[in-house]
Amino acid sequence: MADQILQINHLSKFFGNNEVLRDIDFSVCVGDVISIIGASGSGKSTLLRCINLLETPTSGEILYHGRNVLERGTNPAEYRSHVGMVFQSFNLFNNMTVLENCVVGQVRVLKRGKEEARKHAMEYLERVGMAPYIHAKPRQISGGQKQRVAIARAMAMDPEVLLFDEPTSALDPEMVGEVLNVMQALAESGMTMLVVTHEMAFARDVSNQVVYMSDGVICEQGKPEEIFGNPRKQETIDFLSRFRG
Amino acid sequence: MGKLAQLGLDIAKLWSKYSSSYINGMRNTLILALIGTLIGCLIGFICGVLNTIPYSKNDHPIKRFVLKLIRVIIRIYVEVFRGTPMVLQAVFLFYGLPYFTDNALRFSSVWAAAIVVVSINTGAYMAESVRGGIISVDPGQTEGAMAIGMTHVQTMTSVILPQALRNIMPQIGNNFIINVKDTSVMFIIGFPDFFATHRAAVGASYLYFPSATVEMIGYLTMTLLASFLLRWMEKKMDGSSSYELAQTDQLTMTAGTYRHPDKGSPFDERNREYADEDLREQTGKEDR
Repeated sequence: MADQILQINHLSKFFGNNEVLRDIDFSVCVGDVISIIGASGSGKSTLLRCINLLETPTSGEILYHGRNVLERGTNPAEYRSHVGMVFQSFNLFNNMTVLENCVVGQVRVLKRGKEEARKHAMEYLERVGMAPYIHAKPRQISGGQKQRVAIARAMAMDPEVLLFDEPTSALDPEMVGEVLNVMQALAESGMTMLVVTHEMAFARDVSNQVVYMSDGVICEQGKPEEIFGNPRKQETIDFLSRFRG
Repeated sequence: MGKLAQLGLDIAKLWSKYSSSYINGMRNTLILALIGTLIGCLIGFICGVLNTIPYSKNDHPIKRFVLKLIRVIIRIYVEVFRGTPMVLQAVFLFYGLPYFTDNALRFSSVWAAAIVVVSINTGAYMAESVRGGIISVDPGQTEGAMAIGMTHVQTMTSVILPQALRNIMPQIGNNFIINVKDTSVMFIIGFPDFFATHRAAVGASYLYFPSATVEMIGYLTMTLLASFLLRWMEKKMDGSSSYELAQTDQLTMTAGTYRHPDKGSPFDERNREYADEDLREQTGKEDR
């Protein structure tokens, strides 16, 4: 188990009296591409936000290389710099150009030199096909382009695992493809990814593990061919049948 | 017409006699308003940032207590200085300080006193504006910054404050223009501003209305100039509305990166896919 990056044990989260996550257990190993699927409100996004400590879990533990990051004394900022996140609403910095967005974290958090950071950012911007737009401000580019920049920004920090929170849900249909293609290329390059998504084709074809969540619990978990080809739980069958139409 | 001609003559008379005092007064007014607004903005930014440091139940009790105390102190400061007239604040500080310390502490010049009063007063207004400016920045910006591992201070200085500053530029402009006019109350502690010139000029010449006309025109000129400059600054901050596409070879030169044509980008595949789909769509339409 040396290649295990994250292990989540008995994680639960309350918003007031409302239990949104109950006793979540799973682990992420190097090279895993895990898709988390499920209906809206089933707690998928909250789980991802808990993993990145944007929400504080009510109980349970998150082990990062065996060390519980929920204990007092861990530096959340330092931990987050190893765990990248791509948001549904992009969250690019509006006061910076595309290139500056990808450089600022490297310079301020990782303390890299400006020139080194710039080169590194350019590598990823090329990979997501956004190199020609480095001088543009976020408000000047399309949603799909913003999301590709957001992926480049997260990747430029050299994270060990990248979390995607419904990366294509806010996009116009014709832009979904470009983002999914970038994500697929990333997965094929061996990046460890945890993807909350409604794109069943992506979950089936790209990931090596699928987690189906329902009402705050992990209902079923397994290889994509098992979940999609031979689901065991009735909830999973019902959920998937809605997508097949 | 006769009255207007008379007014023109009176103004000419005043100007020939007191032009240097009027100009000097305008200069003092502008300097006081500018310095007061700048220091006031600085105070406002410090208060705004201190006011928006987040704390949660999990934080150390001492940290929570200190943060709450800071918020209470700022609140009192804002309410007191926003809720009392600046003319009284000037009197209160200028005469109150030596009164309470038996002349041990006093302002060495009216300049220092005037700058302190205007700055503190502007700061009280700006504290609320800055707080509003920070709150108005999309919370997603903070999350985006936190997600790449930035601390609160880094998030503030790199991401939030530049956007908040842009958002409150109109309010800063407002405050500057208000300060240009309202520093006229500083005559109460003997500050030689533009309005003080008026008082001196009419005291000697009794030309009340002509001097007031000069003052009106003078103040209006200063404020119009100020709003013009502020609009220009806002435009400058927004940057150009278009952007240049970076060319491949220019990139190779500036960034030291090199594109591998044989490897391609993830897009090539997508473009091919899309081309096929387009084709299918077109033929489909023809069938119908």
